[in-house]
Amino acid sequence: MARGIKDKVAILGMGCSRFGERWESGAEELMVEAYEEALLDAGIDGSQLDAAWFSTHYEEINVGKGGLPLATALRLPNIAVTRVENFCASGSEAFRGAVYAVASGACDIALALGVEKLKDTGYGGLPGSLGGTLNAQWAATGSAPGNFAQLASAYRAKHGVSRDDLKRALAHISVKSHANGAKNDKAHLRKPITEEQALSAPMIAEPLGLFDCCGVSDGAAACIVTTPEIAKQLGKERIVTVKALQLSLSNGSEAGHNSWDGSYFHTTRIAARKAYEEAGIKKPREEVSMFECHDCFSVTELVTMEDLQLSAEGGAITDVLDGFYDADGTIPCQIDGGLKCFGHPIGASGIRMLYEMYLQLSHRAGPRQLEAPRIGMTHNLGGSPMSNVAAVCIIGAAE
Amino acid sequence: MAGISAFGAYVPRLRLARSAIAAAHQWSDPSFKGKGKGERAIANWDEDAITMAVEAARDCLAHGAAPGPEAGASLDALYLASTTLPFADRQNAGIVATALSLDGQRRTLDITGSQRAGTTALLEALQAVSGPYSNQALVVGTDKRQAKAASAGELAYGDGAAALLVEEGEGLLTFLAGVTETADFVDHFRGAGDAFDYTWEERWIRDEGISQIVPEAVNAVLAKAGVEASAIDHFIFPSTIGRAADGVAKSVGIKAEALADNLSATLGECGTAHALVMLSHLLEGGLKPGALVLVAAFGQGCDALLFRATEAAATPQGTLGVRGHLALGKTSDNYMQYLAFNDLVTLEKGMRAERDDYKTALSVTYRKRDMLLALEGGKCTQCGTLQFPRTDICVNPQCGAHHTQEPHSFRDSKASVLTWSADYLTYIPNPPSHYGMITFEDGGRFMTDFTDVDVGELDVGTPVKMMFRIKSSDRLRGFVRYFWKAVPQRGQDA
Repeated sequence: MARGIKDKVAILGMGCSRFGERWESGAEELMVEAYEEALLDAGIDGSQLDAAWFSTHYEEINVGKGGLPLATALRLPNIAVTRVENFCASGSEAFRGAVYAVASGACDIALALGVEKLKDTGYGGLPGSLGGTLNAQWAATGSAPGNFAQLASAYRAKHGVSRDDLKRALAHISVKSHANGAKNDKAHLRKPITEEQALSAPMIAEPLGLFDCCGVSDGAAACIVTTPEIAKQLGKERIVTVKALQLSLSNGSEAGHNSWDGSYFHTTRIAARKAYEEAGIKKPREEVSMFECHDCFSVTELVTMEDLQLSAEGGAITDVLDGFYDADGTIPCQIDGGLKCFGHPIGASGIRMLYEMYLQLSHRAGPRQLEAPRIGMTHNLGGSPMSNVAAVCIIGAAE
Repeated sequence: MAGISAFGAYVPRLRLARSAIAAAHQWSDPSFKGKGKGERAIANWDEDAITMAVEAARDCLAHGAAPGPEAGASLDALYLASTTLPFADRQNAGIVATALSLDGQRRTLDITGSQRAGTTALLEALQAVSGPYSNQALVVGTDKRQAKAASAGELAYGDGAAALLVEEGEGLLTFLAGVTETADFVDHFRGAGDAFDYTWEERWIRDEGISQIVPEAVNAVLAKAGVEASAIDHFIFPSTIGRAADGVAKSVGIKAEALADNLSATLGECGTAHALVMLSHLLEGGLKPGALVLVAAFGQGCDALLFRATEAAATPQGTLGVRGHLALGKTSDNYMQYLAFNDLVTLEKGMRAERDDYKTALSVTYRKRDMLLALEGGKCTQCGTLQFPRTDICVNPQCGAHHTQEPHSFRDSKASVLTWSADYLTYIPNPPSHYGMITFEDGGRFMTDFTDVDVGELDVGTPVKMMFRIKSSDRLRGFVRYFWKAVPQRGQDA
């Protein structure tokens, strides 16, 4: 295996806008909000950036194409800006670009910034359509909830789980994220909910109700990376470094070959395995302190806990109901509220997850600060269960 | 000699109870009170004359001379009769032929413009296979007629299709003679581009049109074949006008018991398809060898065709046919849903219905026509894996061979549900939107839309079959996109 990314790149500063229905702000203002916080945290100014990576998903209802929207909004000093798009994993993709640039030595300091302005469509939820001239002529009608809800049907069949038991576990997942989000003043949804509310919510896509779905939010998140050495020179304390950064993309086998049973994420398993290897983690359930997973829907979170090897296969329901992933559990998950409550401005989400892990590792997470976390993991997923992009990133205190 | 050698039909699953129509209109017209008897077939939102034609043709070919993947391989012509074809200029028969993998060197024709287009197509096909230029032809009649709310047509019409395989030889029904009488008698008309029929007074149609013109044609065909009217065993004559068929039979001397069931109680009248639908229905019951069958259809004149049943007609084929499809029906009293499916009411569909990806890349549609219309995927000649769509590199992770796939159609393959959901968020004319992954019995899978499915009906493992349906319609440009969807296997269908 390649030598990997472990401890080659440090996070110099991060910023995150308030997420939510930001009627007063466009993507440009959201980008500036995240950028200013990141600059302040990094203790540098824009002229010190060597290059930037910019992630957005829905260009058509957002800023349009290319890297220019970022370069212009931030008045960057005529540096290279690369726009990346990889569905909901776009933020992790931008981070990867910046991290690899620094690791290669081509850049000293690089910026990754993701933004999504979703609330200019006139309705709730996400716009449809995969795009492409052939897709529209045959791909099944689908919304994000309907695509992810299918996991539930296959998971239940595989593990012999009743609809009621599954719904109860899914409700626990959402109740936990709402409780966490209530403590986060940047989160979109800040009201705790009860299991009863989750269970009796209007149906969106069988078996997912309203509270099984994450927020559709506006927001931006930014990360400035550099080498551990430069970070030290710039006076950075409690340096957090990248331990692993892995992406795995479907190649059509889940969608087209009968080897996949529909109940899990083939790519997440691969990305997780490689990430643990890259980070030198042997027993994830014991070594990972906390994580943010791509909880676009409660059922995604449930199966992902198994795909990340944190719960045994078929064991996530028990772990969830036992509170294993609650804020006071063994491995707190979605401690900032997750996509569910912090919100899901698509292009920003991967970086938002890192933001929380970084705050926790820096002991700056305020009322939701965990006790002495060492290893934080993010899992950022784009696409649908049968065809997707899975990104797993692990960060921790520099060694 | 030429004959009909196989038959099949298609009737949409949904049936609208006429009592629902009658109840909706009594406030304005009390005469509807007595019109609520029986039910009529209504197409789902994703069905039209073409999709129904494909299904009727499949029903017919599945039981023709060469069933299975090679069904229809020896066909040299396909006649599509309808007055409700979705394209005025793009050959509709070509779409049907491609969906059945019957494109290529074959004659394909749209026959339209009159309610007797179905019988005209049949007559043309019989005459063609009697001559040197054709050996086997498929005749498909299909119609999904629009009717204004509270019109007579709304009660009388039904949506449906039938297909007949015509070839050299005596077949099940041997063709004895055919006659066409042309008369520009305008009982109704539909202007080019108009959605609805404009109909004249029934009494005039019956007394001055049907009663005068049809007997001329019927008597002529009987004379041509040297057959007495009283010898006719089965008389097929579709008409939505009460007692019109009885009147014709009486006036030419056909016995009353020869009148074939016009299916008005259970199906409604399927326009140009109806004579063929009634004929299929008749054949499904089995015919006494030697029985004489007279088929006539009225529309700016009259076609009359005379047949004699052979020994083979005594044993019904295994088609689903009209009877099989009628048995699979689901009766509905949801008149508002019928209005919505047929664009007869202006509904708030929400912004999600405002999709902007409806423009169709026609170059892609052509390049991928076998995939999109014939559900053709690939079979890897190296590892044997079936896959959809067909690509240059095998999808099997253990194989990955390049350029090894030969065409394989999943059209008639059995499949079952692997994953599913019922989505209340996505816009669809008939919510919730059901879709999910299906796996084919012999290999291959893809995520598909489900249609004709009830809430609560799907589960992991539910057996499904593929049906040709409308994928989406581009209202702005007047284009319809077709693809295949999965439908739960039900009853005798399974």
